[in-house]
Parts: sequence; C-alpha cells; structure tokens
Amino acid sequence: MIRFVARRLVGMAAVLFAVSVIVFVVFMVLPKQNPAQSLAGKNATPLLVKNIEEEWGFDESLPKQYLTMMEKVFTGELIQYEPRLPVSDRIVEGIPATFSLTIGAAAIWLFFGLLLGYLSAIRAGGWLDRILTGVSIAGISVPVFLLAPVLIYVFANKLEILPNGQYVPFSEDPAEWLKHLVLPWVTLAVLSIGFYSRVLRSNMLDVMNEDYVRTARAKGLSERQVMTRHVLRNSLIPVITLFGLDFGATIAGTAIITEAIFDIDGVGNYAAEAVAKFELPPIMGVALYGAFFVVLMNTIVDIVYAYLDPRVRLGETASG
Amino acid sequence: MSEPLLSVQDLRVGFATEEGVVQAVDGVSFDLRPSEVVAIVGESGSGKSVTAQTIIGLTRANNARIEGSVKLGAVELTSADDAEMRKLRGERIAMVFQDPMTSFNPVYRLGDQIVEAIRAHRPDTSKRAGKERVVELFEAVGIPNAERRVDDYPHEFSGGMRQRAMIAMALAREPEVLIADEPTTALDVTIQAQILGLIEQLNRERNLATILITHDLGVVAEVADRVLVMYAGKVVEEGTLDEIFYDPQHPYTWGLLGSLTRLDRPRPHRLPQIAGSPPSLLELPEGCPFRPRCPHEFSKCTQYPGLEARLADSPAHRDRCWLTPEEKRGKRQVEGQIGLEAPR
Amino acid sequence: MSALLEVTDLVKHFPIKRGILIDREVDQVKAVDGVSFKVGRGETLGLVGESGSGKSTACRAVLQLIKPTSGSVKFEGQEIAGLGRRQMRPLRREMQMIFQDPYASLNPRKRIGQIVGDPLKRQGVASGSELRQQVQELLERVGLSSEHYYRFPHEFSGGQRQRIGIARAVSLKPKLVICDEPVSALDVSIQAQIVNLLDDLQDEFGLAYLFVAHDIGVVRHISDRIAVMNEGKIVEQGTADQVCEQPKDEYTKKLLAAVPIPDPRESRERVRNG
Repeated sequence: MIRFVARRLVGMAAVLFAVSVIVFVVFMVLPKQNPAQSLAGKNATPLLVKNIEEEWGFDESLPKQYLTMMEKVFTGELIQYEPRLPVSDRIVEGIPATFSLTIGAAAIWLFFGLLLGYLSAIRAGGWLDRILTGVSIAGISVPVFLLAPVLIYVFANKLEILPNGQYVPFSEDPAEWLKHLVLPWVTLAVLSIGFYSRVLRSNMLDVMNEDYVRTARAKGLSERQVMTRHVLRNSLIPVITLFGLDFGATIAGTAIITEAIFDIDGVGNYAAEAVAKFELPPIMGVALYGAFFVVLMNTIVDIVYAYLDPRVRLGETASG
Repeated sequence: MSEPLLSVQDLRVGFATEEGVVQAVDGVSFDLRPSEVVAIVGESGSGKSVTAQTIIGLTRANNARIEGSVKLGAVELTSADDAEMRKLRGERIAMVFQDPMTSFNPVYRLGDQIVEAIRAHRPDTSKRAGKERVVELFEAVGIPNAERRVDDYPHEFSGGMRQRAMIAMALAREPEVLIADEPTTALDVTIQAQILGLIEQLNRERNLATILITHDLGVVAEVADRVLVMYAGKVVEEGTLDEIFYDPQHPYTWGLLGSLTRLDRPRPHRLPQIAGSPPSLLELPEGCPFRPRCPHEFSKCTQYPGLEARLADSPAHRDRCWLTPEEKRGKRQVEGQIGLEAPR
Repeated sequence: MSALLEVTDLVKHFPIKRGILIDREVDQVKAVDGVSFKVGRGETLGLVGESGSGKSTACRAVLQLIKPTSGSVKFEGQEIAGLGRRQMRPLRREMQMIFQDPYASLNPRKRIGQIVGDPLKRQGVASGSELRQQVQELLERVGLSSEHYYRFPHEFSGGQRQRIGIARAVSLKPKLVICDEPVSALDVSIQAQIVNLLDDLQDEFGLAYLFVAHDIGVVRHISDRIAVMNEGKIVEQGTADQVCEQPKDEYTKKLLAAVPIPDPRESRERVRNG
C-alpha cells in the first residue's frame, strides 16, 4: 500500500509539472504577441511593458523564463490589470465562496443521488423505480442556466423567501450564509443527483447478479446484511471514484455558470470575468489552481480506490 | 431403512417470462438419507441446478411458481417463510457453487467471509473464536498454511484452493445436508479429482448427506450412491449407481454413458453422439421430451411417458421410456465404452 | 517429407514490472518456456495441459497473434516467427483458428453469412452471389442449413455457434487449423458431435490440426500424436496410444490418473487398492 501511495504522489507531482509547462508554453511562448505586453494589459504604458520584460526575463532562455514564471506565481507576483491586484490574493479571496458552494452541493447530491439510486435498484422495474428514473433523467436534462433563473424567479421574486444572489460569508452571519446558498446548492446538485442515482442503480443491479451475492444468501445472511455488506459495499466503489473526480472538477471551476448567475464571488466567477475581458494573468492563475485540485482529487481517488478494492492494491496474483 | 433426512416430492418450478412460462423443473421426487450421496445428472436446461437452488430457497421470486414439497425432517421448505429459510441456510443445509473464482466477494478477506457465515447463525461468536474455527476448517479441507491464509483475499487463492475454502465455509456450522452444484466443472482435472476425493471423504467421515449436481457421469461413478438423470426439467431415469451404469434403461442415459471416454479401452472409430440439441423449454415436443433426438423413437412416444419402475426385480429403478425392458436391452449399444454387460 | 508446422524452442515471456515512477522489469512469467513440436500434413497433434500450462499462449505465438520472445516457427519451411501483420496476411489463408467460447468469438452484430463469408471476400476468393452460394454450401457441410445465412449469432445454441466458427475457419481450406479448446464450453452430448465433425472435415479437406484441450479423453480420440504441457514446457510427446497407455513422465501419469473412471466397480477396486 505504501508503495502504491508513493507511486501516486510521484505521479501527481509529475502531472502538475507537466501542466505548468503547458500553461507556460500556451500562454507565454506560442502567442505572437510579446508576452510582456499580454501580461501588462490593454492600457499598459510602454514603460510598464519594459519593466515586466526585465523582471520576467523574456530575453533569456526558455527554461529560465519558465523558472522565473513559476517563481512569480508562487510568490504572488502574478498581477492582473484592473484593478492592480495579485492574482493569488484574488483567488484566495474567492475560495471560501467556491468551497461553500461546492462542498454543500456535493453533500446534497451525494446523499440524494445515492438514496434515489438505492431505492430504484431494490425496487427495480416497479412503479417507484419508474418515477425515480423519470426524476433522474429530468434532473440530468435541465440545463443550469434554465434551472437557476427559474428557481430565482419562483423563490426569490415571487415567494420572496430566499435571496436572489450574492454570497454572505459564514463568519459574518451563518443564517444568511445558509439562506443565500440554498438555491445555488440545489441548482448545482440537481444535475448530479440524477446522474449518481443512475450510476448507483446500474452498479447495484450488476452486483446483485454476481455469484458472491448468491453465496451470501446461501450462507444464511439476512436480506439486509446481504444488501449492505455485499451489494452496497461493492456498488459504491466506482461511485466514490466518480465522486472524487466530479468534486475535483467542480471545485476547479465548473461551477462557473452557477456562480455567475447567482452573483457569487468565487473562483469560478473570477475566471468567468477574466475570460470575458481576456486578462491573461488571472486566466493563468485559475488554470494552475484548477489543475492542482483536479490532480489532487484524482490522486486521492486512486488511493481510496486501492484501499477499497484489494485487487488493485495487491495486484492480481494467485498463490497456493 | 432409516428415515429420509430430506424428502422431495413432485417438485415443480416454473418461471413466467415474456415469452411464456418456462417449466424449469417438472415433477422431481427423491429422498436423501443420512450419509447418502444422491447425484443429479443433466445438461443445460435439464433443471438440475434449479432443483438444487429451490431446495435451499434461492429461486423464490415474483415470477417463480413453486409447487410440490421439500421436507427437511418435519419442516416444509417450500412454504417456510424467509426468516425460517435464512436460519436453515448454512446451518442445516449448506450449498457449494460452481465457479470458485466468482463465488467469494473480492473485497473482503476470505477468512472474514467464513466468520461471517458462522456469525450469521451464532452472532455471539467472537472474531477470534471465529478465526480459530476457520483455521480448523481450512485444515480439515486440506488448505496448507491455514493460519496464514486466513487473512488472504480471495484472489490470492488458486481455483482449487478457493473451492476447498467454499467447502470449508459450507461445513462451518456442521450442516446435515450438503448440496454441491457442479463443484468441479470449472476446475482442472487433477484438482477435480482432489475436490471429489474431499467431498467423498467428508461424506464418509461426517455422515454428511450430499446432493451432487453435475453434467459429468464420470464424476458420479466415484462418489454417488443413487443417480437421477434429468432432461428438459424432468427425471428420465433414476436408480442406484450400479443400476444406472450397468443396466441403463433410458436412451438419453445411454447417450450420456456413451459420451464418456475410457482411457483403458481402445479408441472407437467415431465418438458416440446424440443428434440434435437440448430443447428450448418454451417449445417442448409433444409426448416424450427426448423424442426428437432419440434413435429408437416409435409410435407410442407421442404420449408422455410416466416415470415408472418397469423391471420386476428393481422397484427403485424407474425410467420414462415406453420401450419394454427386452427392447431396451436389445437396442442399447454403447460401443463397448463402459462396463455394460453384453446383451443377453 | 518435411513437416507442415515445425516449432523449435518457442519461448514467450511476459515481463512483470514494478517501480515507483518508471516501471522496471523485475521478473518474468515464463508462459511458454522452450517448446518444440511438429505437425505433419493432414495429421492431428493434440496439445494437452491444465490451466496455466501455456498451451493457449503457445497457439497464439505459433500463429503470430502475439510475438514470440524467441524460438523458431516454420510453416511449410518458411520461418514466420516475428513476422509482422502485413507479412502474415497471405499466410492467414493457410493457418486458421477455432476458439473456445462460442458466445464470445462471433461478432453479435454481423449476420452468419457475413461472418463466414468475410475471409473468402477478404482474400479475393469470391464475391456477390457466388460468395453467398459458397457460404451456404459450407454451412450445410458443417451441419447447419443454408437459410441460417441470414441469421444472427444470438439465435443459435453453443454447439451451433461452434459449427459457425468451424465453417469460418475452414472456408479458405487452410492447411492447418489450431483448435483452442473447441468443445470445453459445450454440453457433453454436443461435444461428440463437434469432434466428429472435425474428424470428417479433416478427412475431406486434408486439414492438419493442432488440437489443444485439457480433456485428455477427447484429445486422445482425435489425435494421432500427443504432447503434454506443464508450466510452459512439453514434458512428454509420442503417439496417442503411447502417451496414454505407457506414460513416461510423472506429470503425465498424474494427469491420466486424475481422469475419473466412469465405471463404479473399477472405481471401487481402485479405491480398495489405494
């Protein structure tokens, strides 16, 4: 197991390195425009551009440029144009909002997705299954940019029981924090609830047909024991890995649309603005931030999977 | 003669499918006495596995219709409720399945899965006591390094060792009846011999009444006391081991015996074969189910034959074929492949 | 007369890799560990062994479906070991294979006519209605009916599917057919049908067989000569009668002794005599 974890961590470092090189090449080396110009921004003075050129060493060799860039990223000297702020500061500011949104939504979608999937599977083919399947498919089909405005209209404008946007930090007012997040959570979760319930249902139906489930019944285990210890345990393994990757991607920024519609000032929103204005430094910053989380979650998922499934951990060998 | 431990009377199992009712088992009866080994032989679609699984209650489903009686001592199993069945499974009747590679849950240690089987009936057993019992069982079934292997995962065992572990698990609560459903089919021939030897030894040493399900008559010859031959859900012949091998009455049994290979006899020019293939249970032929494939079919065969003892001096030897005993003796020829007496 | 197929010191190793960042080969699985045998024209060599013996890997290495680690495979005197796909293509007409699992070896999306006819079409033997006719004749020859031409695999039983696989394999009238456990997955009463069919086709088309199986009874019936494989090596070779009646190697003896005796009286004798 230790060796497995070590392998994965080394792999993670290697991937992050590769991503940073790609970011460097894509944003600094490939474009025809002088990179210093890109970094300085639309309203930059030639003096500013010259300063950046010197600081970043664009006349030096490529590997040296890369090292300089990485140094600047880590010391917070990646600066956006308007207003003049370090990108990393802005990202750090946005993290509480994005994390609140993502973690809360993830908890909801995981809980309901698995619940619906479980109920569908144990009553497969029956009326409950059919209803839940319909609900799941509806959830998967409704686009975020349709659902969010509808929810806002109904709950914020018409019924006026929930606010129509913005983020309130937990430290400021827990109750408001919660109220402001309810609609965004629901919006983000609906899609995944549908998806996860289908995945769990499908896995469970497969596992229920496996020989070892039949063995479990033949041993005299109660139906409940068979379901929890053998069926669920094995069905959840792929779901957990799926969740890890999903969660990583969401934190990295796929919550962009939700953040934008609900006017939540998180990292996703920041990225959306940067793309709209084509400001290079924030784009680079968010790309690295996103890559980090995706790779981190991937690695965690691999390790968790190996923990849950001994065949992966030990390699399939037969002895004796 | 002692009281039967398990008594199956006219068991019928039908499944409702989209294409119609599939009568997987159509009137199977037999008794199992303590320390007896009854073999149920048949090919795909014969109903032998469904019979075995129905005895232990594993075929209960909304689309299944189970009729007839299966009595374990005084308990009627077909009508027992789920809680009662659960208590019996593993405790009084245990089952071993065909494919050892998939019969254990791959994510739990093998020893833990056997302890689970013990605690299903004796929840107050401590984990340590359970593991000690597992070591004992591993030794009884011939798994070397028992103490160490208790903590291994299923994929760390070879096929033969996994099957031994399955048998160990079945024995954990010292059941009265062991049902072995094709226990050696998925194994290499040298391992097969070992597992059969193990089953035979357990039957002998522990008085463990055994139902052996198989498609291989060769396997049966080494272990069984009585044999039932099944075809298309029905029993077509039943008798003692010697009766089936030395005086087989049904043309399907002749076909099965003919397909056995004898290494100590000269090779036949052509392998004896049965024409055609087993029927679909949705489209059974009129009358005798074996009729389309039977080289000896005649006019009476469109009438469904009853399972009857047709030999005066062997009342327990029954078959489902309209031919008279003399005709049968005349017609059966198996190219000298098995130990049949020459026709008189 | 030189042998049709001559295999000398065939070796196939699969590397076992371990490492943290870069995989290093730490050990090898010696699936086939120096195997030599010959198959003459029109004769049947039975290759018998249990699971893990390497017999299936050996077949694939002979056909160049996997690349041998070392050794020589000569087909009609021509060295084919290590040949690439393009170079092997013309030889595929002469060397065919029948597989074990009748349910997995036929493409479920294709009709039988297409499955059996594709090799003929690909090698340019026939096309159009002439192709269809040839395929239908072939289907009849293997015990199916010409109307099965239009059906799909799922409409057939295991035994019938195996016949389809055989029809496909012999369609180009190859010189050598490698049969990899062709009857193991079938019901006992059907096995004999397929073995007899293979026998008949051999007589009719002059085929040579490399017949691989774990059931020594079946192998003995169909083979002229038998080679016994264990853990990647051939431990004994000889005529079928020699190997089965006067085995020299310990493993062969063990294999033969393990076959159940389908005779209750003799079985009881055997037990009594220990």
